[in-house]
Amino acid sequence: MSRVRVLVGTHKGAFILAADGKRQSFKLSGPHFSGWDVYHMKGSAADPDRIYASQSRGWFGQMVQRSDDGGKTWAPVDNKFSYDGVPGTHQWYDGTPHPWAFLRVWHFEPSLTDPDTVYAGVEDAALFKSTDGGKSWAELSGLRTHTTGSKWQPGAGGLCLHTIIQDPSDPRRLWVAISAAGAFRTDDGGVTWKAINQGLRSQYIPDPTAEIGHCVHHIAMHPAKPGTLFMQKHWDVMRTDNAGDRWREVSGNLPTDFGFCIDVHAHEPETVYVVPIKSDSDHYPIDGKLRVYRSKSGGGEWQALTRGLPQKNCYVNVLRDAMAVDSLDKCGVYFGTTGGSVFATADAGTTWKEIASGLPSVLSVEVQTLR
Amino acid sequence: MIRVELPPSLRTIAGAGDEVRLDVGAPVTQRRVLDALEAAYPVLRGTIRDHDTQRRRAFIRFFACKRDLSHESPDAPLPEPVAAGEEPYLVIAAIAGG
Repeated sequence: MSRVRVLVGTHKGAFILAADGKRQSFKLSGPHFSGWDVYHMKGSAADPDRIYASQSRGWFGQMVQRSDDGGKTWAPVDNKFSYDGVPGTHQWYDGTPHPWAFLRVWHFEPSLTDPDTVYAGVEDAALFKSTDGGKSWAELSGLRTHTTGSKWQPGAGGLCLHTIIQDPSDPRRLWVAISAAGAFRTDDGGVTWKAINQGLRSQYIPDPTAEIGHCVHHIAMHPAKPGTLFMQKHWDVMRTDNAGDRWREVSGNLPTDFGFCIDVHAHEPETVYVVPIKSDSDHYPIDGKLRVYRSKSGGGEWQALTRGLPQKNCYVNVLRDAMAVDSLDKCGVYFGTTGGSVFATADAGTTWKEIASGLPSVLSVEVQTLR
Repeated sequence: MIRVELPPSLRTIAGAGDEVRLDVGAPVTQRRVLDALEAAYPVLRGTIRDHDTQRRRAFIRFFACKRDLSHESPDAPLPEPVAAGEEPYLVIAAIAGG
């Protein structure tokens, strides 16, 4: 029988929620790595028992944990992320040159085919790769040494590479997103990169249509339609149908198009989910009503999903990596809040249920569908 | 034997007890103690000192004999009671935050 395993990273440890395919009753385990920030956990599609976790803390830096038994036990692997060569500088908040310095891993993206191969997106923004299950890491430095790299500036959360997407139809193609540099694509396995920000418009930078400088919060893709990507930018929900060469806005009738997370239905490539947030200064839903918005038309037309979600006095945020979908039928959607709740739907969004509460502030949510 | 006390989070990571005992040849310096600590517990590499620069992480402090040795040269000899194993060398997670 099918099962799901929800991997929840929080500011004070990691938790795992497990349920059968009905997804009505979830069993919580954890905390793992108690007291540490767990920015992200993700399982391998090639071996679901293989999970990578990013464990960090201001005092002690970065740890990388690996489980080979579905999260029951963990062992540390290599935590050395050294930039390739002399890293030079990027721009600091005030525009002055600032030396590149590793701070933490924001996101792990395991290979679609090999459990030992995994990408790591880090702060200060760079992409690393391991081909030995995390025992060693090497930078794909063509990204950081892009001609625009010295001009990248951090967003409020830091200069972080937070999104990594693999093209299932072409193993040489990857997309990444960096706050606040923008989106980039490689077509040669990470050797060279192209800034793919045409069509983005950001009023908070001197040239709103500049090649870089856009605060991309998250990007999602349906694996059956790899040329189409959906983006939640700082403000604006965007889509591209040519792999990022050109973006167009699909915010449509959203009550606000600021937000962090975005994801795509597992079986419907044109069904997209976002959680609109009031504004960049008020990081909570409008009117204290936690609403997921779903578009079944690839953006433009959006419908509020409220059943089972708090519709008063809810002033939480849903961060960029804190939404995920399972691949069961009907599609399950999961998201975690900065208030320590995890909500889930087992019917593609019609009804929602709080499957965990009282957790530390949720940083990330991933789900594994186990068959 | 040099006695080293780690903060609780690092004890958990290392699977170590309240106190770690290390063989360190003379002269006993902070660098040699930390080198021996990381050799005995490789998982601690990068958690106390930066991997590349070997500089103390910002919120880590080193105390011994009621003194803050955090800003001493890593190659300066440690106080004799530490070298003699009479007093522990303390790795401290500094108070930070509210």
